[in-house]
Amino acid sequence: MHRAVDFLKERFPEDVLEVVEFRGETTLVVHPRAIRALLTALRDAPEMSYKYLSMIAAVDYYPAEPRFGVVYNLYSHRYRDRLTLKCLLPGEAPVIDSVVSVHATADFHEREAYDLMGIVFRGHPNLKRILLPPDFVGFPLRKEFPQRGQ
Amino acid sequence: MTPILPEKQYDTMLLNVGPSHPSTHGVLRVLVELDGEVIVKAEPDLGYLHRGIEKLCENRTYHQCIPLMNRLDYLAGEVNNFGFCLAVEKLLGIEVPKRAQYIRVIIAELTRIASHIFWLGTHAHDLGAMTPLFYGFREREKIMDLCEMVSGGRMFPAYFRIGGLAADLPEGFVEEALAFVKDFPNKWKDYDTLLTENPIWKKRTVGVGVMTKEECLDYGWSGPMARGSGVDWDLRRDNPYSSYEDFDFNIPLGTREGDVYSRYLVRMQEMLESAKIVRQALEKLPKGDIKVDDPRISLPPKEKVYTDIAALINHFKLIQEGVTPPAGEVYQAIEAPKGEMGFYIVSDGTGRPFRVKIRRPSFVVLNALDKLARGRLLADLIALIGTMDIVLADVDC
Repeated sequence: MHRAVDFLKERFPEDVLEVVEFRGETTLVVHPRAIRALLTALRDAPEMSYKYLSMIAAVDYYPAEPRFGVVYNLYSHRYRDRLTLKCLLPGEAPVIDSVVSVHATADFHEREAYDLMGIVFRGHPNLKRILLPPDFVGFPLRKEFPQRGQ
Repeated sequence: MTPILPEKQYDTMLLNVGPSHPSTHGVLRVLVELDGEVIVKAEPDLGYLHRGIEKLCENRTYHQCIPLMNRLDYLAGEVNNFGFCLAVEKLLGIEVPKRAQYIRVIIAELTRIASHIFWLGTHAHDLGAMTPLFYGFREREKIMDLCEMVSGGRMFPAYFRIGGLAADLPEGFVEEALAFVKDFPNKWKDYDTLLTENPIWKKRTVGVGVMTKEECLDYGWSGPMARGSGVDWDLRRDNPYSSYEDFDFNIPLGTREGDVYSRYLVRMQEMLESAKIVRQALEKLPKGDIKVDDPRISLPPKEKVYTDIAALINHFKLIQEGVTPPAGEVYQAIEAPKGEMGFYIVSDGTGRPFRVKIRRPSFVVLNALDKLARGRLLADLIALIGTMDIVLADVDC
């Protein structure tokens, strides 16, 4: 069992929804409302020390509902291990709190997730398209977006 | 009296750098707000090289993704495949034979030297030192030749396969590679003499682009960028993959405040360490297979395909359907020349990835450009872009 599981279950009993173990990796499915508090706690507690956010990935699980997954991959330099947090968001209006105030690196990752998958990060200081031109229509990484021209 | 221009325009000026500018190493556009010659704000505008690789992967078998991955960080083409293949192998739950692991390390470390040489040459060139580029390319050319020997491709070898390698090392490779790494430290001295104590070089780099340890972690910096600030972290040592634990090498750390000069020193030392690893791997190279012995993953040998019906069917099925990992999600990170390169793959149990997310080190590092550039001179921006060692194909994906 990953060392963060008990730590988070103790402090956020309502928000840790599921623990998935696969190929030696631990993914915690957590409630989106708590993401900022969870990441802050994991960063600041010395026994966790997840000070480094490796990446944020957005996944479209269409046709499942809740449809979107936002995945936070954390690394602890002190304990040299990883932890993955996953939030599931509804297909209609996927919105989640921005974590730029917790990890500065989240800025570009969140803009990319918004740009390509259409996830809205509430409280992001500069949420606009990053890779695609500003007048682009649609979110290309969503499953309904065609791979070739229509 | 009413001013002729609105008040704001007296204050600052907007300067457009790029997307086609020699020191942006590709097609990076930076919108720079200047107060005289001092930068008030620098906003990178990305996406000029966005090809949608993550989306393209979703419609291809895992093996068909390999040539796409080459084109992420094209200065270190094969390292991208290293990470991708390891991620798929993690999904499959397999480990490739020892010989394949060693050969992968050899190619990856040679590529690291080539990538660092390219960084050194262009970075120095941007700051006014022409010569390192020419000296560096002499050695880089040799590495390109070695890559060509193993697969025919120079920039994009596409030599790694899921479950191993495309082929064994060709005859004469070990000798040539050994000769190269034995000689490399002597050649390395040429670059070192030109720059390390050069007063002009120091004037341009010392004290520019300072990042503390804490800021590095906050901004998600990894690899030589973080080590330049003293973050003692290298995935090859701390979370070893592909037999890195078998080799003896040092992790160079920045000796001063993490500035441009400090990162220069780190990357210079890393080249020597990589040469050390290659030398050890070549000398200890084990005998054996170069791919896993599993017909669901590795293609049968060509002569068997022509003579044996079972092998032919196997070959056909594997090409048509691809390898089929179980449903699940994995993340595999490797220490690429530019930092942590990670592959997050979601599999739904079919032969094609459901989602591939690539954590590109260049993309992450660029996030801090505005923070570093504020309050510095415009000329420092060139030094900052250079020290970040970004490749725009890696940034835009």
